Amino acid sequence: MQREGTASAEVAVRDGGESRSVVLSGVLTVHTLGALDAELAALPAKDTRIDMSSVARLDTAGAWAVVTLQRRMTAAGKRAEIDGADAHQVDLLDTVGNAIPEIPDSQNKQTSFADWLESVGRAFASGATFLMELSGFLGIFLSRLARAVVHPGEFRLTALVHHCQEVGLRAVPIVSLMAFLIGVVLAFQGSAQLRQFGAEVFVVDLIAISILRELGILLTAIIVAGRTASAFTAAIGSMKMREEIDAMQTLGIDPAMALFVPRILALLLMLPILGLIANIAGLLGGAIMSWIELGISPAMFRTRLIEGTGISHVVVGMVKAPVFALIIGLVGCHAGMKVGGNAESLGRMTSNAVVTAIFAVIVADALFSILFAQMGV
Amino acid sequence: MEPEVVISLRGIRTQFGDNVVHDNLDLDVFRGEVLGVVGGSGTGKSVLLRTIIGLIRPRSGSVTMFGIDALNTSEQERAMIDRRTGVMFQDGALFSSLTVRENIEVPLHAIAGLTPELRRALADLKISMSGLEWVAGDQYPSELSGGMRKRAGLARALALDPEVVFLDEPTAGLDPIGASAFDTLIKGLSQQMGLTVFLVTHDLDTLHATCDRIAVLAEKRVLVAGTMEEMLKVDHPWVHAYFHGPRARAAVMVKDRND
Repeated sequence: MQREGTASAEVAVRDGGESRSVVLSGVLTVHTLGALDAELAALPAKDTRIDMSSVARLDTAGAWAVVTLQRRMTAAGKRAEIDGADAHQVDLLDTVGNAIPEIPDSQNKQTSFADWLESVGRAFASGATFLMELSGFLGIFLSRLARAVVHPGEFRLTALVHHCQEVGLRAVPIVSLMAFLIGVVLAFQGSAQLRQFGAEVFVVDLIAISILRELGILLTAIIVAGRTASAFTAAIGSMKMREEIDAMQTLGIDPAMALFVPRILALLLMLPILGLIANIAGLLGGAIMSWIELGISPAMFRTRLIEGTGISHVVVGMVKAPVFALIIGLVGCHAGMKVGGNAESLGRMTSNAVVTAIFAVIVADALFSILFAQMGV
Repeated sequence: MEPEVVISLRGIRTQFGDNVVHDNLDLDVFRGEVLGVVGGSGTGKSVLLRTIIGLIRPRSGSVTMFGIDALNTSEQERAMIDRRTGVMFQDGALFSSLTVRENIEVPLHAIAGLTPELRRALADLKISMSGLEWVAGDQYPSELSGGMRKRAGLARALALDPEVVFLDEPTAGLDPIGASAFDTLIKGLSQQMGLTVFLVTHDLDTLHATCDRIAVLAEKRVLVAGTMEEMLKVDHPWVHAYFHGPRARAAVMVKDRND
């Protein structure tokens, strides 16, 4: 048998005035279709006899080309007959002819301005729905939390401790390392700039204020959003995917009480602690770098820190922690409940959760900045 | 005339750690036939399929496909064997990031000289031949039902008009109507296109409706291979239980009624 590469399809056209015969020979397969179709498509509409008696091999692609030629001639009002095909080939031509789908032209329509406007509207509406759903989740969380206070028996302490360990304890190394390095960077960059004015000693204020007010808690929240929001979505989402959440409901277990409350509460408890650890690690990194780079001794750093930086900076930083924790927890749990029945949606929602949580944390931080600026703290 | 052997396995031994799945397994697949492979759970039906298509390398033995020693061959020859075979995995194994039509166009990209319009037309043809509506071509695999995914998987397996298709549990998880429609589809395609079909199944109705020959995997080898009539006469306890169980009798009744 001839194989791909060596074999080719031959088209010989014998023109006889009003009609013509097209003699096909060789191998009419998917491998030779490119050349075959180009030759057949170039034939003008005319009464045609398609001679297939010397076709060595025909597959569905070849049959498609023959049937397409025949249809094109018939559509132009000409006759087109197929001759010399053996029983198998006739069978195959019939099968392919019956299978060629009729695709309406409306499929290839252009997208208009109205479509674009509609998609913008839909995107806006879905954004609004998302915010509504998120506030709905906040409501569910608060109501279940209140219920847990009234009925402490329903509260799952073991789950809370477990999630505190996952969310808090396990995040300590990465959070403290990150904050330490941020402190180092601030001291290094700050000293390079401040040295120009001979104001090196103010590097302490720079480090202390930027870390305590902003960077410590913000970067901690971003890391936790990446770690924990995705973990919440993946855990709840895979339960949703395997219908475990439906099973919980039929067994009389409230998914919100069993799944959301321990997770979000653990975040609420742990994020301030992580923020505090980040603050300490950041100051430590800054102090060490100031000592190496500027010769500010640890004792001097301490004195300067206590004199120059009020406790209000720590409060301003720490007050944001519970809000960030709520945002991360709600976004993670909400995305988990949005997971559909397949693995793709789990992956999509997990990455959505991380992006949304980080974005929302930064937006909230910006709003806090404006608020504190207005309040003058 | 002696039928042409397209796939020939000799002395196959497959082993995972200490767990021997196949030992000294022999099997021939003839051109144009529909061969059904049956066996109890864990007898290595899917492992056998994966061994033939080259995803698992046996510890010893030989796999000959189209007269080529498939285990000791150049990459080019292996690629050619792969192009002459098509595989439908259990749940279709469609690429989830592509639409059904794009999935079917994937193997067509390997063919030189096909324009995008031709690829699209061929993909639409294959979608329609596998019994799907053409609108399914624009959908993503996650939007399809299990039966539609299997059909789309079959359409992709048939994209290059292979000589042999391997089907892994083609009717598992389908409702009886969908399953019997799939049986008809496979039988019809094999007759019209001269396909050789190697199918792994548990479904007795499929065996009755589509298979020319049946190979029974047991005791780490192909215990018997032959037509349904021959299977019914086999004395081995597992084979007897399989082909004479209550479900088997129901399948025979259905078959008789249809004939």
